[in-house]
Amino acid sequence: MANLNTTHSEHEEHTTTGLNNRKMLMWAFLGSDCMFFAALIATYVIYSGQIVGGGPVPEDVFSIPVTSVSTFVLLMSSMSMVLAYSALVRGQIKNFQIWILSTAFLGMTFIGFQVFEFRDFVLHGLTPKTNLFGSTFFVLTGFHGAHVTLGIIWLLSLYFFSLRGGVTPERHLDVDLAALYWHFVDVVWIVIFTVVYLLGVFPGI
Amino acid sequence: MVSIPFPVVRPLKPVGIWGWLTTIDHKKIGVLYGTTAFILFLTGGVEALLIRLQLAIPNNTLVAPEVYNQLFTMHGTTMIFLAIMPLGAAFFNFVIPLQIGARDVAFPRLNAFSFWTFLAGAIILKMSWVLGGAPNAGWFGYAPITGKIFNLGHGIDFWIVGLQVLGVASLAAAFNFIVTIVNMRAPGMTLMRMPIFTWMTLITSILLVLAFPVITVALIELMFDRTFGTVFFVTSGGGDPLLWQHLFWVFGHPEVYILILPAMGIISEIIPTFSRKPIFGYNVVVLSGVIIGFLGWMVWSHHMFTVGLGPIANSIFAITTMLIAIPTGVKIFNWIATLWKGSIDLKSPMLYSIGFIVLFVIGGLSGTMHSSAASDAQQQDTYFIVAHIHYVLFGGSLFAIFAGIHYWFPKVTGRLMNELSGRISFLLLFVGMNITFFPMHFLGLDGMPRRTYTYSSEMGWDLWNLVATLGVFFIIAAVLLFLHNVTRSWRKGEKADSDPWDGRTLEWSIPSPVPEYNFVEIPIVKSRDDFWEKKRSGDTSEIELNLREPTGDIHLPQPSYWPAFASLGMLIGGFGLVYLLDSMLGLLAAVVGGMIIMISIYAWSFEPVNDPDVSGHH
Amino acid sequence: MSDMDKTHSAHPSPRKYLMVASALVVLTAIEVGIFYVESLGKGIIPILFILSAFKFALVGMFYMHLRYDSRLFSIFFITGLVLASLVTLALMTLFGMFN
Repeated sequence: MANLNTTHSEHEEHTTTGLNNRKMLMWAFLGSDCMFFAALIATYVIYSGQIVGGGPVPEDVFSIPVTSVSTFVLLMSSMSMVLAYSALVRGQIKNFQIWILSTAFLGMTFIGFQVFEFRDFVLHGLTPKTNLFGSTFFVLTGFHGAHVTLGIIWLLSLYFFSLRGGVTPERHLDVDLAALYWHFVDVVWIVIFTVVYLLGVFPGI
Repeated sequence: MVSIPFPVVRPLKPVGIWGWLTTIDHKKIGVLYGTTAFILFLTGGVEALLIRLQLAIPNNTLVAPEVYNQLFTMHGTTMIFLAIMPLGAAFFNFVIPLQIGARDVAFPRLNAFSFWTFLAGAIILKMSWVLGGAPNAGWFGYAPITGKIFNLGHGIDFWIVGLQVLGVASLAAAFNFIVTIVNMRAPGMTLMRMPIFTWMTLITSILLVLAFPVITVALIELMFDRTFGTVFFVTSGGGDPLLWQHLFWVFGHPEVYILILPAMGIISEIIPTFSRKPIFGYNVVVLSGVIIGFLGWMVWSHHMFTVGLGPIANSIFAITTMLIAIPTGVKIFNWIATLWKGSIDLKSPMLYSIGFIVLFVIGGLSGTMHSSAASDAQQQDTYFIVAHIHYVLFGGSLFAIFAGIHYWFPKVTGRLMNELSGRISFLLLFVGMNITFFPMHFLGLDGMPRRTYTYSSEMGWDLWNLVATLGVFFIIAAVLLFLHNVTRSWRKGEKADSDPWDGRTLEWSIPSPVPEYNFVEIPIVKSRDDFWEKKRSGDTSEIELNLREPTGDIHLPQPSYWPAFASLGMLIGGFGLVYLLDSMLGLLAAVVGGMIIMISIYAWSFEPVNDPDVSGHH
Repeated sequence: MSDMDKTHSAHPSPRKYLMVASALVVLTAIEVGIFYVESLGKGIIPILFILSAFKFALVGMFYMHLRYDSRLFSIFFITGLVLASLVTLALMTLFGMFN
């Protein structure tokens, strides 16, 4: 008898706060991950405007219209994620599958935009080695992209597992955890989009 | 029902080596942490011994300068990350579930993973000695000397990867303990009824999960500089070495509280027990721990008073550093007040604890002297700081760890350690520690710099260096005697009953050694020091029940291969990252390591939780 | 299913989620829109921060359910978030970005 290791012990398990252990773990993790991105963002911001030795600067390579589209795509993926979870909780497995697959696809589209952007920057002479802008930009957005990629793998795993009937309303927590992670990754992008892109090339400053 | 993607079999009551490899029992994991960390502590001691032998006389040639740099780097890194922290983890693991009345931690497999990953990190770090050279830039690895220009070999890469792997282990453990303490307490155990050690563990774990990500980023940036040519800390590219220092110390300062708070927790258990009084001012002791955790984030640049931050920054950090002395000092008064008019029993745990108070106060005094940016300008990078560090970490953390080992040894093994041997060890350690480290105050104020492999006789440092080295032999004697005590007592020590010290907290209400299920029935907690109160009031039915055999089946989590397997992936992947650019083998190892981790995660997720055929076997 | 009750005391409808999504889109559009208003000068910084904070809060409160779940989860997350923000600001100050 193979279960995902959630059901049995957790439904009956009493906890001090009444809250689920794994959900608590995920929130603790997200709080911790804030510090991770803070250090990367702080590095980026501190080094912004300090370009030594030439090489492209944000104005040379950023395209706000293009990045706005990818931002929009990621925001929509959060919406589809939430609809996926909602469908599952109502027992609408088919809808759940459609929405979670959509979320994964929107995520992949976002990554596609990132890849396009990275390639474009490289063609314009900006690599991680070129200057501080290159180093800080690629590492910050690269690690964000890595987080997104792990999320996509997680979502696709849930999708394929559900095709075998493994995702049920009783197991909603498994999807909830993935959803929390996914939204967090979206929220981090909200910060990056504002701080790195918009404020990075706003001509008025 | 759902068919799992691939056949996964959970080990069925494994024994011997497999038993240890697949255990998810917090008690066994605690023992694994404790023994592994103690061995690593001994290696760190050897590194220190070589340092002291080199410095015993001026112009010594025992150790080449390049090796000396590796010695002090590895000594610091070993003692902090491979000794003190995991010894703390050993106590968290063994004691916390027992103190809160739980059968295990919130995530038993994650707990096992933490240990095996710690072992992987330790191997990566220590192997550097024989794989081309250990890291050589100090335990704090300041840029730009850690960059590729100044440090071509792989030593620094081992340091980076080792610390990252250790970071994963620590983070996993910290998350586990946060959820365990918040969510798995026995009924009636409110936060303010928890033992102080549990409180300190909680605060430490919160500090861990918030501080480690920062050093993770710093190490990533350094690794990218060395491996992928980024310029985060490369001055010619505009990189600022000060950014490294800031990022490191934003982590590094909370880290020292991570090192001392568990020790303070241990002391806070032992002193009341051996004074036969409750801790004086429980609320204040808890609150001061919380305040230390909070203020600990605001002092980091006191490690950077001499880099030129400017008078405003220096003043602010000086003030915050002075402020943090207050809650720290408060605890000292609480412990003293606990001792006051108590019925003192000077058993070994108590001796070490009182030693802790004395030595930690001395370390705290020198610490307060550093807090003034002006006087620190003279003390920074001298042996005055080395004295401070060792009084708080050796006299503080380590003494508390020795105290804790003596204290909980009967609970772990069912036997008592030898008291006479314990007292002699304590005396030797106390005397030796002071002979070695007290003179360093003089050496520091006299200008002897840190991290320098030799000195000339004209400086006038000969006498105290020799004295300091002589002290080491007392320390060695103490540790060897202690080891003899531990190993002999483990097999032949006097048998201990469940409550050899007339204890106050729940772990003393169950048999020694502890049965696999911990409690026959989870107690219902009615007050702080619940066990003590129940003993005194005659409310002993629960206690008697927990000392007998259980009548029914007790459902326990099952062993698993996957935590250790995942850690193997970390080990292989780690080596791969070190050698990434060297050859295809490095890249292959990194990929294989990553794949092992991915496979483990899936197998772990799909593994059945409880095989109904092999439930509690009592 | 007490487990579900505890963590899902209220459950926003798909309609509410769509409303939040629309708000997110509108806020993003405004952000991008004002980006082209050069005359705002440095004033754009607080405006963008407020708009982003709003998006952040919407996702956190509704999509991540913090509004409906136990306050303990909010404490966990906000602690990390606040510390992260303060440390970032402190570092920026130490590097002279506010002179």
